[in-house]
Amino acid sequence: MENNSASGYWKATLGLLTKILIIWFVVSFGAGILFAPALNSISLGGYPLGFWFAHQGSIYIFIALIFYYAKKMGDIDRQFDVHEE
Amino acid sequence: MDLQTITYLVVGASFALYIGIAIWARAGSTSEFYAAGGSVHPITNGMATAADWMSAASFISMAGLIANMGYGGGLFLMGWTGGYVLLAMLLAPYLRKFGKFTVPQFIGDRFYSKTASTVAVVCLLTASLTYIIGQMTGVGVAFSRFLGVSSETGIYLGMAIVFMYAVFGGMKGITYTQVAQYIVLISAYLVPAIFISLQLTGNPLPQLGLGSDISGTDTTLLAKLDLVVKDLGFDQYTTSMPGSMLNMFMYTLSLMIGTAGLPHVIMRFFTVPTVKDARSSAGWALVFIALLYTTAPAVAAMAKLNLHATVNKAVGLETDAGGRMVVNAEKITANADLYATESSLQYEQRPEWMKRWEKTGLLKFDDKNGDGRIQYYNDKTKSADAKAKAEAAGWKGNELTVNADIMVMANPEIALLPNWVIALVAAGGLAAALSTAAGLLMAISSAVSHDLVKGVFNPNISDKNELLAGKISMAVAIVIAGYLGLNPPGFAAGTVALAFGIAASSLFPAIMMGIFSKKMNKEGAIAGMLTGLFVTLFYVFAHKGIFFVKGTEFIDLIGGANSFFGITPEAFGAVGAIVNFIVAIVVDKVTKEPPEHIQHMVEAVRIPRGSKLVDGAH
Repeated sequence: MENNSASGYWKATLGLLTKILIIWFVVSFGAGILFAPALNSISLGGYPLGFWFAHQGSIYIFIALIFYYAKKMGDIDRQFDVHEE
Repeated sequence: MDLQTITYLVVGASFALYIGIAIWARAGSTSEFYAAGGSVHPITNGMATAADWMSAASFISMAGLIANMGYGGGLFLMGWTGGYVLLAMLLAPYLRKFGKFTVPQFIGDRFYSKTASTVAVVCLLTASLTYIIGQMTGVGVAFSRFLGVSSETGIYLGMAIVFMYAVFGGMKGITYTQVAQYIVLISAYLVPAIFISLQLTGNPLPQLGLGSDISGTDTTLLAKLDLVVKDLGFDQYTTSMPGSMLNMFMYTLSLMIGTAGLPHVIMRFFTVPTVKDARSSAGWALVFIALLYTTAPAVAAMAKLNLHATVNKAVGLETDAGGRMVVNAEKITANADLYATESSLQYEQRPEWMKRWEKTGLLKFDDKNGDGRIQYYNDKTKSADAKAKAEAAGWKGNELTVNADIMVMANPEIALLPNWVIALVAAGGLAAALSTAAGLLMAISSAVSHDLVKGVFNPNISDKNELLAGKISMAVAIVIAGYLGLNPPGFAAGTVALAFGIAASSLFPAIMMGIFSKKMNKEGAIAGMLTGLFVTLFYVFAHKGIFFVKGTEFIDLIGGANSFFGITPEAFGAVGAIVNFIVAIVVDKVTKEPPEHIQHMVEAVRIPRGSKLVDGAH
């Protein structure tokens, strides 16, 4: 593999990681902890929203994030032609 | 059939299943022994990882902890699941590409240093051994409580079972047994939760039940719970937090980083065939873990409301003729006086399950004001209102102490579920403890046979002899774990926090920098691991004693308890990790960069395609 495309591949990977880590941080540490008191004034069904993020929501979003990551990495692998045979 | 017989049958059947699988999945080579031949399907691996991960603590204790902590309990829920996002993206696929069997081996090769790999072995052994003590005592507790044998007999039985499938089956045997154990433990957790959710809210899904109205009313379950606990002087359930917001933040972060750095979890990702599978397998693991982790908060809140309603009739749940909890809609909305004399349950009229658990000592009643009724409230409350009410009612202090573990274990009895459900919970608790113990033993035995015997003492050892060494070290580890389970050192309670602290402050940063920083050299990595480990141990020991020996705490030296911005020792792993990163980067800058071939190796680890990097890979 050419050096160019190796660094391109790594840059694309890091870009995806940054994006996902921001969401990871915002839902758990943001909505679940730092802004939970403020979000609790909104309710989701019978849940105060901040409480929901800490006890339920962030877990669902974590799962979605991992599968999104796996899919997107597959795309990046093929784009730079480094996928496994 | 009586409960004892059914429990023996259900637990016996589950054990027969595990042993059958072990015979079917014997390991013939080191590759099968350490990494199940690298051929496990990602969904299968996800299920095995989930069983590996969810210990006796997750199964038995977590819901009780959440019930006590309320909103703040979310730190366990987020911390122990959020780590999988880090694992899936930052570690698993790259370690799979690297293609070796163990964590110390990666650290040793990447940082071209036997010292680095030895430091990693020490961190791994300390983290895994401290963690396993808790599992073995958990096995003993589960046996003694459910099967009526002594806790010692329970531990011997547990050792024998794990010995059979772990020593002969290695990672292959462990993986397939864990799949069976996952199915047993998740059914045992979900069945009672579904029943209770139906009873209270009419919704069969506990995850939705927790956010629903109580049956026949327009009062939400959480609002009612908040009202009851607040009136009784406890913190409001949906907002109460342990310590400061900063502490909750750091605690959650420590658990996340620690989860991603625990070797027995990382190892699971060596068993899948491809890099692609390693990525999705972490997602599958989290799906299977989430099934329990999203149910736990519902179990916590519902069991808490049930408990309050049992001892205080003004809450609005009643026991029907069969002893089952039923909702009294009128009473729920009326919010009658919890402090009225006749609201407190008369001790003589307590339900059967309370009598049973009183015998175990996990539930205690002490009639402080001598009125023959049970008053359960927070007598150390800061709420002036609750204080005044309790005084006016003639309450002389809280009279009921409830061990947190009851929340899950007595759940089926409280809801009056059939005996087979209670037996299933016993089998589930044992499955949770055994599967985690087996995973930890695997991590320990591979570190000893592969990283120490082969890596340091005898690099020319044959595959056959290494396999033998692996089996012997596994057997020795089981005996040590059993011994520690039988004679738990005084520090057993604090050890799980320590395992996470070590994994977070030493292993996670080293592996991550090994992948994401091409220029990180051995000096930086070793200095980082050692200082990260040192500051974490220093802070933990200051609070809990040097190596947890009572009387050696040096809390004054660091300026009092939680002196570092109010952070508790359990939450300190994240600080240790930050120190590790900073020291490693600074030392790296002033020492010479790693050799060319190492930098090429890092480049190769980053891309999925290509042959495995190092000889001896599977």
